[in-house]
Amino acid sequence: MGLLEAISLAVLAASTPLLIAATGELVAERAGVLNLGVEGMMIVGAACGFGGAWLTGSTMIGALCGIAAGTLLSLIFAMMTLGLAVNQVATGLALTILGVGLSGLIGARFVGERIATAPHLHIPGLTDIPLVGRILFGEDAFVYFSLALVVGVWWFLYRTRAGLVLRAVGDNHASAHALGHPVLRIRLFAVMFGGACAGLAGAYLPLAYTPFFIPGMTAGRGWIALALVVFASWRPVRLVIGAYLFGAVTILQLHAQGWGVGIPSQFMSALPYLATIIVLVLISRARTGGSTTPAALGTVFVPDR
Amino acid sequence: MRKILIATTAAMLAAGVSLVGASAAEKLKVGFIYIGPIGDLGWTYQHDLGRLAVVKEFGDKVETTYLENVSEGPDSERSIEQLARAGNKLIFTTSFGYMDPTLKVAKKYPNVHFEHATGYKRDKNVSTYSGRFYEGRYIQGIIAAKMSKAGVLGYVASFPIPEVISGINATMLGAQTINPNIKVKIIWANTWFDPGKEADAAKALLDQGADIIMQHTDSPAPMQIASERGKLAFGQDSEMIKFGPKSQLTSIIDNWGPYYIERVRAELEGTWKSEDFWGGLKTKMVVMAPYTNMPDDVKKLAMETEAAITEGKLHAFKCPVFAQDGKEVECKGGTHLDDGQILGMNFYVKGVDDKIPGK
Repeated sequence: MGLLEAISLAVLAASTPLLIAATGELVAERAGVLNLGVEGMMIVGAACGFGGAWLTGSTMIGALCGIAAGTLLSLIFAMMTLGLAVNQVATGLALTILGVGLSGLIGARFVGERIATAPHLHIPGLTDIPLVGRILFGEDAFVYFSLALVVGVWWFLYRTRAGLVLRAVGDNHASAHALGHPVLRIRLFAVMFGGACAGLAGAYLPLAYTPFFIPGMTAGRGWIALALVVFASWRPVRLVIGAYLFGAVTILQLHAQGWGVGIPSQFMSALPYLATIIVLVLISRARTGGSTTPAALGTVFVPDR
Repeated sequence: MRKILIATTAAMLAAGVSLVGASAAEKLKVGFIYIGPIGDLGWTYQHDLGRLAVVKEFGDKVETTYLENVSEGPDSERSIEQLARAGNKLIFTTSFGYMDPTLKVAKKYPNVHFEHATGYKRDKNVSTYSGRFYEGRYIQGIIAAKMSKAGVLGYVASFPIPEVISGINATMLGAQTINPNIKVKIIWANTWFDPGKEADAAKALLDQGADIIMQHTDSPAPMQIASERGKLAFGQDSEMIKFGPKSQLTSIIDNWGPYYIERVRAELEGTWKSEDFWGGLKTKMVVMAPYTNMPDDVKKLAMETEAAITEGKLHAFKCPVFAQDGKEVECKGGTHLDDGQILGMNFYVKGVDDKIPGK
């Protein structure tokens, strides 16, 4: 395996959880709901995902447990912000704190256990193609699923009526309500989708990345996913670019250190975040037309009748 | 994010012997502040094993409390004070960054005794303690040089602080006794704990040609990557053989239990006084995990080295020590570098082909 191929594989693996979590959050935000609890949903997804896989020996069941856990946690968020019209920012932050604690509790009995890594795809012939074979046909299912997920979300948002309604709800919930669209129900589904994705992204970490569970193992990836959504200016295609760019900078800075590039490692560790800020500035400068931020993002909606 | 958990073990033990009628007021309350979760399988996990050893040793004479995930800085000062106010008479603060907060709280509570791990500032009621982990690193260096086919070691480092740098140096000095041309590739993860990033760093090192993974970060992720790739590795802080049954050569285990028991006993007997304790292989504060996955001759050499260090016949930093630029380092300890030089180490030894970040 060549170095280029090895780096590409590492980038794919590092980017995948970010991409999955960010895709879910993108849909929720497009519906006008800002859920800052991604990190909390991810870590609970990691604990439950690992637990499921450890008890049954099946990666698939582990992934489903992660999805279920993330969805359940997002329901708490939905109950508060949609049902009781509580401030979304505060609830989201509380959800993260809850998630971190809860995952420690759930995961306490799994700490120190090991499971097998998620199986990698192997298609004789195709996987063995030099350079690109392992990347295109030799990764675990999560990697390919994450890309399919983005394509699906893109198609849903821009090519279906339901997607159009969801975007309308996110831009102007009063008008959408006046037109007879069930604003809260649509937001509920969007939030649940976000929770499911965050749970799956979290489960990816102990199932495929580092096959054991340790409290706090998401280590801030949920926050990066949140930043990526803004970075992508709420567009799925840019989200893919952003996630892979972030993954690439993260991995390349490690390699640069190994090669002995004479830049302080502290600076290189900050590089992914720096790159994010720079691109944010470039995007906002280059933007013609109107803002792409969902206009009703973060505002609560209370139907008047 | 910070959770408060009161260890119930002591209380349960007390309940079991309730006939004796030991009242809670007579118990010595001992507090612990942890930087990570007790389930980190590394640094904090080992400190908590030390706490459990205290509970086991003294049973209903003590009541232990711990606060986990306490970040360094202002938050830690509040947490330490909380323990002091709750009536803990002996408080262990187990991370370097708790140094100043510990001293500040200690001034306010002169009747409470404090034990700060890995620091260097003391007071009438503040002791410091740490492990001579570099002794273990020296042995690891010897093993690594024997086992490496490529002659390139991969080192996942955390932060460029003296403890980590002296670890790298001790590793290289050990390795150079076997192979003078040994190379080390160092990647700074700039974190103590991020399993994903640690794994990525280990992958990068292996992809760049290193064939042995050493780590100075806290999670078993690098060990697990080595295991996945069929390469050899050393554990950190704790026994990690579970994560690399065919990979772990040995591991430096932080064994805090005996020290904690001794200090709690001193407190119970009223003989506690402020001191500085830096224990190594000899005092069993540093313990090597069983030497595995290596041929018998390497194992024998490792054990001989361990014995020599334990007996004081061998020092990892025995003079002459040459710095990276080839100049001899002043030998303040007579036959080896003195403790001050090791505790403040901010240079690489000859043969490390890298630059300390930020220098």
